[in-house]
Order: sequence, then structure tokens, then C-alpha cells
Amino acid sequence: MKERLEKLKAEAIRQINESEALDKLNEVRVNFLGKKGELTAVLKSMKDVAPEDRPKVGQLVNEAREEIEKVLDEAKTNMERKLREAKMAAEVIDVTLPSQKSNMGHRHPNTIALEEVERIFIGMGYEVVEGPEVEKDYYNFEALNIPADHPAKDEQDTFYVNGDILLRTQTSGVQIHEMEKGRLPIRMIAPGRVFRADEVDATHSPSFHQIEGLVVDKNITFADLKGTLAEFAKELFGEGTKVKFRPHHFPFTEPSAEMDVSCFKCGGSGCRFCKGEGWIEILGCGMVHPKVLRMCNIDPEEYSGFAFGVGLERIALLKYEIDDMRLLYENDIRFLKQF
Amino acid sequence: MNTPLSWIKEYVPELSCGDKEYCDAMTLSGTKVEGHERLDKNLEKIVVGRIDKIERHPDADKLIICQVNVGAETIQIVTGAPNLSEGDYVPVVLDGGKVAGGHDGGPLPENGIKIKAGKLRGVESNGMMCSIEELGSSRDMYPEAPENGVYVFKKEVEPGTDAVEALGLHDTVVEYEVTSNRVDCYSVLGIAREAAATFRKPFVPPVVEIKGSGDDVNNYISVEVKDTDLCPRYCARVCKNIKIAPSPEWMQRRLAASGIRPINNLVDITNYVMMEYGQPMHAFDLSTVAGNKIIVRRANDGDEFQTLDGQMRKLDSDVLMICDAEKEIGIAGIMGGENSKITDDVKTVLFEAATFNGANIRKSAKRIGLRTEASGIFEKGLDPRNAEDAINRACQLIELLGCGEVVDGMVDVKVPLKELKQVAFEPEKINKFLGTDISREEMLEIFERLEIAYDENTNMLTAPSFRQDIECFADIAEEVARFYGYDKIPTTLPSGEATTGKLTFKLRIEEKARDIAEYCGFSQGMCYSFESPKVFDKLLIPADSPLRQTVTISNPLGEDFSIMRTISLNGILTSLSTNYNRRNKNVRLYELGNIYIPKSIPVVDYPDERMQFTLGMYGDGDFFTMKGVIEEFFESIGMRKKPKYDPNAGKSFLHPGRQALVKYGDIVVGFLGELHPDVADNYDMDTKVYVAVLDMPEVVKLASFDRKYEGIAKYPAVSRDISMVVPKKVLVGDIEDVIDQRGGKILEDYQLFDIYEGAQIKPGFKSVAYSITFRAKDRTLEDNDVSGAMKKILNGLEALGIELRG
Repeated sequence: MKERLEKLKAEAIRQINESEALDKLNEVRVNFLGKKGELTAVLKSMKDVAPEDRPKVGQLVNEAREEIEKVLDEAKTNMERKLREAKMAAEVIDVTLPSQKSNMGHRHPNTIALEEVERIFIGMGYEVVEGPEVEKDYYNFEALNIPADHPAKDEQDTFYVNGDILLRTQTSGVQIHEMEKGRLPIRMIAPGRVFRADEVDATHSPSFHQIEGLVVDKNITFADLKGTLAEFAKELFGEGTKVKFRPHHFPFTEPSAEMDVSCFKCGGSGCRFCKGEGWIEILGCGMVHPKVLRMCNIDPEEYSGFAFGVGLERIALLKYEIDDMRLLYENDIRFLKQF
Repeated sequence: MNTPLSWIKEYVPELSCGDKEYCDAMTLSGTKVEGHERLDKNLEKIVVGRIDKIERHPDADKLIICQVNVGAETIQIVTGAPNLSEGDYVPVVLDGGKVAGGHDGGPLPENGIKIKAGKLRGVESNGMMCSIEELGSSRDMYPEAPENGVYVFKKEVEPGTDAVEALGLHDTVVEYEVTSNRVDCYSVLGIAREAAATFRKPFVPPVVEIKGSGDDVNNYISVEVKDTDLCPRYCARVCKNIKIAPSPEWMQRRLAASGIRPINNLVDITNYVMMEYGQPMHAFDLSTVAGNKIIVRRANDGDEFQTLDGQMRKLDSDVLMICDAEKEIGIAGIMGGENSKITDDVKTVLFEAATFNGANIRKSAKRIGLRTEASGIFEKGLDPRNAEDAINRACQLIELLGCGEVVDGMVDVKVPLKELKQVAFEPEKINKFLGTDISREEMLEIFERLEIAYDENTNMLTAPSFRQDIECFADIAEEVARFYGYDKIPTTLPSGEATTGKLTFKLRIEEKARDIAEYCGFSQGMCYSFESPKVFDKLLIPADSPLRQTVTISNPLGEDFSIMRTISLNGILTSLSTNYNRRNKNVRLYELGNIYIPKSIPVVDYPDERMQFTLGMYGDGDFFTMKGVIEEFFESIGMRKKPKYDPNAGKSFLHPGRQALVKYGDIVVGFLGELHPDVADNYDMDTKVYVAVLDMPEVVKLASFDRKYEGIAKYPAVSRDISMVVPKKVLVGDIEDVIDQRGGKILEDYQLFDIYEGAQIKPGFKSVAYSITFRAKDRTLEDNDVSGAMKKILNGLEALGIELRG
């Protein structure tokens, strides 16, 4: 009996090893282990075995069954792995073939620059606010200490709707609107469109954008103005950026200054962007003029503040090396796609 | 303003610094230098030479051979200059030297022109004799130079010495940008004063002394000012026995370097004083002044007057005139009259130095259309005290130049001069304002440099009369800051109450609009706010449309920029057209920008500025692509309810069968559609164009960033498909309304999965199929729940004339 089992086992293993496909293996399983299989037949013939030998024979049969099953499983696992590997080998792709993009649109360079500026000032606790583009003379000029006969009114070639209503020439009027709300302290920036009667060319546009900034609180100093704008310049143009403040004049600030930043292209050694100067003029700023505070019912003895105005296009053109302002309004997709 | 540095140095004699150092320091103390140019740029190895001998060139008629003594040696130079004689002293550039430009006076090359010894028509030439143009200058600055030929010194100069020095070209012209508050710095003396304060050197203004001739000015002229509000001061002096001649070289050169062409001694003196003192002056020929009287008064409306440039000028009663006893002889502060013009025969001159109301001069010059050098200065509002100094300086120069004799005395008509402005000295307050720790002594030292007087008893600071800009504490703080040094002020960040940095809700919605548009393939454009009224015709807007009521610019750059847009489409269509005509494929653009709706015509108040989210595209995609973008946007800003689309949009510029209003209830939040082919033609686009415009103020009202989790369904859904035959005029929107209204609480979703018109469907009908899904949150649906809901839906559909298919 034992010999018969050994023979059966050897035959089964031989057939397993010869199998080349999964269905062949299955056949082996059925032939030997199935209900009508040979090993089952041996079990069925137990009735011919002497009762005292039966447990032993039963054990032998089970041992043979387990061994065959083990070999079968191993062969199956092996075969499946080989098949998967063969499949994957056939599935190799050329990963350098072109990608399939979802063709997203692109943001205007002006907006990219603006969002950068907004991010910096929001981080410093400034609220982003807006004011009207069609503005009253009072807010664009008079409340900013530019009275009716002031020559500065001529300097800013203004578009008028009528004697009292005009297209704002600067975002500075938003300062007045904010201060008039009577909520202090103020930390705000006001980006927006402004208009001046300049003919269109590579460096001029009758419509462009400014970002106004205003801080009004107790104990605000000129040193705070310098510190805030130096921080802004570093954030916008890089950690190593140096700033230089030059005295200047604006009717609505006193003292006033213009701020230059060390050229972020050459680092200050002089190049075509900074016209060899090493410095680039970026913004105008100053301490809010006491007359302006007073006109907005803020007591200059108690409160002080600083204000600044940045030309957005100037930053965008410099930062992205755009050499012609007209490109900003043409909206050629080949231009926009580069941002 | 352009000024040679040598002129500044005359009044700050101890000033000794390089050009760059000077310019940087002046800019940092508040006198901004725009640029500087050395007059001796590219002039190398140029010496004085004396022509000892001239011979004809053997092989060239137009050339001569000169033996030129250049100090250490005598060299041979061949030249074509026609103006030379033996014994002439000329500038000579030696072999290996450089000149600034060519003899034609064209633009100067950046690195000059190198001169080498060589042969001209076979004859050796070891240098070049220079014309004034080759020296980088002009006959404006050196009127004695010949029009064509070599510059010849008028007197003997030691051969071999520096010719550039002899010509006074070792100088730098500095260009300043003077700010409008500093009228005093529109003058050499003003800049010199700032330079002295900047470099802590003494300021030495000219000492004005007049010998006089013993006569009395009152014998010659009387002055009456009728409109003292427009003319606070009028100073007049008289000079007799005038001899017109060229002014001396030094004066000519300073004027020319400042950009003023020298004319003759008298004209040059008035210009020189204007540059030096910042006080424009006028000179009348006294013999043309009738009645020996000057009257300053307003013109009459409608008067005409011939200015000395020969033009007739229209006047009105706001224009201030200088008149004699009979007639008008000059427009005050702007230009003199043809009838009192100085000629070479002038014997007696009347000098005028006056102060006029700046605003009046500015407006008059604008109305008359004549802005002159003088009016440009007067309009800034001059210091009345300066007029007297300036007129005396002019008289001194008359004597100094031997131009005539000065009559004693000055006629001076003035309103009482304003008292000098006083401001309290508050050093602690200044430090607190600047964030500095500057000592009281240092502040006082700065004031001294600036001629701001301090009275210890009253603790008051008194600004000098020429500093009309100093009025209050902040002005004083600025003076301290600028001379202490902006760069030395510390950098700190504001202390005090913390504030929240944020975007307004409106700006957050706009940010989302940009995000979604870009996810959907649209790039951001930027368009003008003003455009041409012709746009309305291009967009086929009816003549009586309220859109044609615009905020109109009274002084536009041209008709194309003359109205503030009331509809945003033109910008995006123009941009699409630009792209289309540049053969760019599949272009999708969006814009966020305002339209301006006037509240009344004429405009008396702020117009309604409405932010518009405008999208436009051609190429891939259609109406429903655009509709999808709108819905993606709405979902992203919490408008989860589907909008309704009303095909009766009534937009003249859109395809009549392919347009819709986008509505939430009764509120129209925008529209979309295919561009009318006529409009596409108007924009030169031969393709289908789709546009959408959302009115952001309405959108913002409906938007919200609040979100709430509603759980994930636990119970199974049941879906039912229905296939219908629908009258053509019924929109799927109508079907969806019925499903929405009648589906009940258990309605979860519905999906259109087929729409068909054609062969198997009877005429006037279409086949539409929907899959409708039901689900309950709290239980598994029973069959009769669903059948009940379906029955209600089907009843509703039947009412629309819809039949179920088989």
C-alpha cells in the first residue's frame, strides 16, 4: 500500500513539474485529488485494509495528499508570477512620450505681481480694500492737500468727466475714504486702476494700476515707514535686497521719500535694468501730512501715519523683464502663456 | 534744470568733490540729480597750438599744410579748414588723443573718436586742429566759433597748455529734478544754498553793489498796480545810455550750458539773473512806454494783443496785463509785447522784476496757449523779497558789463510783505515722529545751515523768506530728517494693536473666479475702461438702449478712449480678434473689470461701478462648455443650486437662438451665448465665438464660503429611466423644473442621457430620455415610494404635452 502511494505521489509530482499552464495544473489536481481522483480511489479502497491498519494507511494517504497539494500550490504561485511578469514585460511604455495636460489658463502678470504684494501685506496685518475709479475732485486732490490752484494738478494730466468728477489719477484717494470711516487703527492697501492722459507707447499707458498703502495709529514713526517698506522689498525681491530712501515731495505726505531697491538683476553692480545705477526706483512714500489727517477728522497730535504708493506695472515689467507696456493690454495668448 | 557745476562752486567756493560724490550727496539731501554730463568727456591730449606757417598741399586744392607749435615741439598738420591764418591759436589734438565728435555736430559717439598720425594725400599729418563741434560743444555755447572750420582762440594762449582748460570745458553740467514745493531751487543760488548745507561749506552769494549815476528813477517812470491781488509786488529800475553788444564769454557759456542761447548783453543779463535768482525779469524800451507810466491791470474781455513773437493773442478779464498810459505793452509774467520790444537801437531800458499770483499766471498761460520759461517759474508762486535782490543784481551786471548806466533808485509798489513763518521748536516731538534720537544741538546746527533762525526766548523757529514751503511741524521734521540723513534713521516695524490682514469678501470671490476660469483653460486679459462710442454700433446695440447712456470724458485722448464702458464685451472681443488674426488657435480669455453705469445724465454723482466677470473663447468648445465654466464657478462659491437659463435674453449681439440669461429666481446674474455672426464680422473673426458675462455684484450677494457636511448615503438608491416624446418647443429645462418640483424629498438626482430628433420621431417632436435617482436618508426605499414620486413627475410632464415612449 505504501509503495502504491509513493508511486502515486511521484507520478503526481512528475506531472506537476511537466505542466506548462494553469489549466494543466488543475487537471493534475482533479486527476489525483478530485472526487474521482486516484488518491481518493485509494481512500475508497480502505475497506479492503485490515481494520487495525486503517489509521496508519489513512495517515499515509493524508500525508501524500498534503505533499501533492503543497507542490501544486508552489507550482501555481510560480506560474502566476511568471505570467504576471510576462504581461508586464509586454506593457512597457515610452515614458518620454508627450504628457496630456488639462490646458489650464494663465494669470495676467499684473495679477501675479499684485497677489504677491497682497500676500506680503496681508501677512503684516493689512486689509485689502478698494475705492471708486471714477472719483470726485475732493478725494483725488483737495483732501490730499492739492487745492484747486495747485500746480500738481497740472502735472497729473487728469481726465475729467466734468468740473467735479474725474477719473482718479492715483489710488491715494482711497486713503481719504478709509480715514473718513473713522475706524482706527488703519492698516490697509488699496490696489486699483488709475488713469492719466498719456499717449500709449512702450512705457506709458493712459490706464495703469497702483497699490496704495496706509497705516494710521498712535506712535507711528518715519522709522516704521522705513522698516515696513524694507521688509516689503525683501519679501518681493529677495532676502538680500537693500533699500535706499531719498527725500522727495508729495503734497499729502511730509516728510516724503522715494524708495529705491538694489537692482535685483545685478545685485547692485549696475546692468541694463538699472541703467548702470545699481538701484531701481520702486515707490513713493511719506508720513501722512497733518493737514490731511485733520481734514479726515483725525487729530495729528494724537495719531500719525505713513502712506505709500507703488506702480504695479512697474513691478510687473521689472520682475518679469517685459520690455513693452502695450503687451499688457493686447492679451495675446502667446504672451499670457508665459506666466 | 541744467546748471554747470562751476557756477554752483562760485557760490560755494570751498566745495571740492567729484561729480559722482556731488550728485549722490545732493540727491540724498533732497535735491534730486537726474543726471550729469562732463563737458570734457572723451577729450584727451588736446593742447593749444600756434600756427607758425601755412603752405598749400601739392596734390590737393582744398588742403593746406600747417606747421603748428604745440609747446615742446612743432608738428605738421594737414587740414581742410578754410578759416586759418598764420599766427592763429587753435586747439590741437595730438597723435593718440581723442575728440568727442565729428565736425558735422551730429550725435556724439559713446567713446569719442581716436586721432592718430597718418598721411593725407601723401603728406604726413601728426594731429588734428579741432572745430568746436569736434570738442563736443556747439556754436550756441561758443558763438565766436566759425560755422565751418577750426576754433580759433580770440587771444594769445601759451602753446602746449591745456586747450580744454582754456575753453572752460573742464566742467560738468548737472540736471536737477526740482520738486514743485521748492520754488527757491529753480535757481543757481537756491541749489548752491542746498549744496552748501549738504557739504557743510559756507554759502557765499554775490555781493550786489551798484555805483549808480546820480539821477532819480522817479524822473523816468511811475508805476500803478490796480490789481494787487494778482501782483503783490512790482519793482522797476531804469538804465540809460545802453550799448547793445555781445555779452562776455563767461556769461555766454554759463547760459549756453544751462540751455539758454546767448543773444546780446541786455537779453543775456535778464536771462542770467533769472537763472541765478530764479526771478524772471522783463526789459522794456522806455521810449515805447507812453506817458512814462506803468499800469498793471486786468485785460478786457475780447482784447487782442500781439506778443513779441509776432503772434496775436486773445485776452480776457482774468489775464493780467502790463500797460503804459495808453496801451497794453505786455502780458504779465508770460510774454512782452511786440510794441515795446527791445531793439538794437534802444537807449533807455526799464527793468521789471515783479511777483504775480502763481495760479492766475498758470491759468492764463493755459487759456492763451502760451507757456514760457517765465510763466513756468511765476506759476509756482515766487518770494516777493527776491524781486528786489534780482533787479539790483541785473543793474549791477549792466555796470559790470559796460552795457549802460544805472539810474538811482527803484520804484517799488507792493502790498505789505507777509511776515516770515514761525514754527515752534519741539525736539522731542520731532524725534518721536521720526523714530530717532537726534540731539537738540544737532537739530539747531541743521537749522543754522538752512538759515532757519531760532529764538531761544520764544523757542520759535523762523523760516527764511525764500522757504515758502515751510509751514508746520512736519515741514521742520523733514528738514531735520533730510540733513540728519534718511539713511541714518532706524528701521522698525509699527508697534501697537494687532490687526487682521485679509481680502474683502468681494475680492475673495474674484480670486475664485480667476482660479476657476484658469482651471477651465481661460487666460486672464486686461482691457481698457474707456472705449469708443462706436463700440455700441459694433455690438448692434439699439440706438435707444440705456447702455448708450455713458460717463463721458470731457478731455479724452481721442474718440477711441472717450466713454467709460457700460458693457464689458468689447475688450474681450477685441483681444480675441487680435489673437484670431494672429492665427492663434483655441483661445480662451477672461477679464475682471468694471463697467460704469451713470446714475443720471449729466453725471453728478459716483456712477455705479460694477465688476464684470467676462469670458470669451473660440476654437474647441461650444455653448455648453461655457455654461459648464459658469456652473463650476457657482459651485466653487457655494451657489450649489443650479441656475436657470432663460433663452429670451434679448441680446442684440448674440445669436438669436443661442443665448440665455443666467438667473437665480428673478435675479439675472449674467448671460452667455454664441456671438452674432454680424458682430463676429465686425471684429474680423470668421469663426464661432462664445461669450459669457457675469455681473459680480449680484453674484457676490448669492455667494458664500460656508460649507456643511450632509453625510454619505447609507441606504441604496433606486433609479428609473424614462424615455419621452417631447414637443420641440419644450426645453429640457422645463422638464427638469417638473422633476425638481414633483420629485419630492426622495429625489436625489437626474441625468439626461439621450436627446434625439429625426427619422423615428414624429415631426415637431424630439425624443428625450432621463435617468432619475431616488434615495432616502433614513431607510431603504420601498417600491411604492418610488412609483408615487414617478407618478407625480409623469403627471406633470403630461401637462407639458409630453408622451412616454413605449
